[in-house]
Amino acid sequence: MVVINRLLILGLMFMASIAHAAVLPDERIDILYHGYDGGGAQIDGPSILVRKSIGSSVSVAANYYVDMVTSASIDVEATASPYSEERKEQGLSAQYMVDRSTISVGYVSSKENDYDATTYSLGIDQSFFGDLTTLGFGVSFGEDIVGQNTDPTYKRDLQRRKYSINASQIITKNLLASLSFDSASDQCLNLADTESCLNNPYRSVRFLTGTGGYAYQGEIYPHTRNSDAVGLRLMYFLPYRASLRAELRQFSDSWGIESENAELRYLHPYGERFLFEVKYRIYDQTGADFYADLFPFRDAQNFMARDKELSPFSSTVLGLGVTYKVPAGTIPWFEKSTVNLYWDHFNIDYDDFRDARVSPTEFAAGSEPLYSLDADVIRFYLSFWF
Amino acid sequence: MIARLSLLLAMLLCIAACSPIKPWVKPYERQKIADEIMSFDRDPIAGSYLHHVYDAREAARGGDGASGGGCGCN
Repeated sequence: MVVINRLLILGLMFMASIAHAAVLPDERIDILYHGYDGGGAQIDGPSILVRKSIGSSVSVAANYYVDMVTSASIDVEATASPYSEERKEQGLSAQYMVDRSTISVGYVSSKENDYDATTYSLGIDQSFFGDLTTLGFGVSFGEDIVGQNTDPTYKRDLQRRKYSINASQIITKNLLASLSFDSASDQCLNLADTESCLNNPYRSVRFLTGTGGYAYQGEIYPHTRNSDAVGLRLMYFLPYRASLRAELRQFSDSWGIESENAELRYLHPYGERFLFEVKYRIYDQTGADFYADLFPFRDAQNFMARDKELSPFSSTVLGLGVTYKVPAGTIPWFEKSTVNLYWDHFNIDYDDFRDARVSPTEFAAGSEPLYSLDADVIRFYLSFWF
Repeated sequence: MIARLSLLLAMLLCIAACSPIKPWVKPYERQKIADEIMSFDRDPIAGSYLHHVYDAREAARGGDGASGGGCGCN
């Protein structure tokens, strides 16, 4: 923690005098298959991105993304039935470049059978000091409607806001830095005190019944959540052609959660055709003030949560990946094409979330084994530049 | 803590704006940082998906240089 703080301050000092000239992003098509398998949940599907320039100062992009979910996670097994569902996301964005500035607008719509989310975003980047420094500001507004499959009358309105500042800097011929600060707020609209919108409406908390056993009741969350996050990323070109990327991030929110994470990535080209990547990430968070694995009695607090993502835990991610550059001319119409395969393995150890699926005759309430989760994430994608 | 760091950033930016700064890395010295292996977000579609997984599995959000939309990941 102290080390992270010191490094962040060091990074801020570098940012004082401020990375890239304003240029439009590459024209490209990406076709991705993504797969997540862990903790009883399988989520996979495609994602397609098309980005095209119009003239010399405008770039537009469209993204289509699908999550196909089959879940029998620990939450589901404890209090509900396994389910399958689909989420479709569509996004449009445009960038307009004028001199050393880039103005960006974006729209994202996400729909599933019990959750609709719409996000609008606006951002501006400006480069300074001979393009050594780029400073950017962004804002996004979101409007969500939370539903529930088992109750057609269940409808919760949620408003999201996010404000961002990004600064990137060329520090030396071999070193780049990027500092990001985000402040986000979520606000439920038109809700009664006893209602919640920021939680999963299917999830329950468990409480002791007084007879040695436990029972479940619905979660109750605050109607607002505010959070701040600051992240520093550094990229270094090694004495031979390879790069090292370091990332540090600190997060805190109004629910009492604090987290830090650090990541180190090594990227190594091999010959003219291959890029190999290895990555290691550590993450640690404290729990929300109103989280408990087991409450002492029914209605024990005004706010109650048993979401394992709000519990204290630590996790590691090991990632390996390879990119193959297809020889030019192999695929007609495209200047450059790549085939990419990336695998990430997550290991999450929960400090205060117990596996309540065990037999209550074998384990007393509150003495069940702590839960841990392993997950594999696959990204296989083809990229084409034109 | 984060507010203090942000204030420090703002102050340093203001100070820096008061003095002329000449690029200390000349354009002809930037071939290494222009290399594709020095991109923070080389393949945006793959990067944004991994951020989506992080957001779904962790309470933290933001501070990663990525923009995101609502996903119903509660």
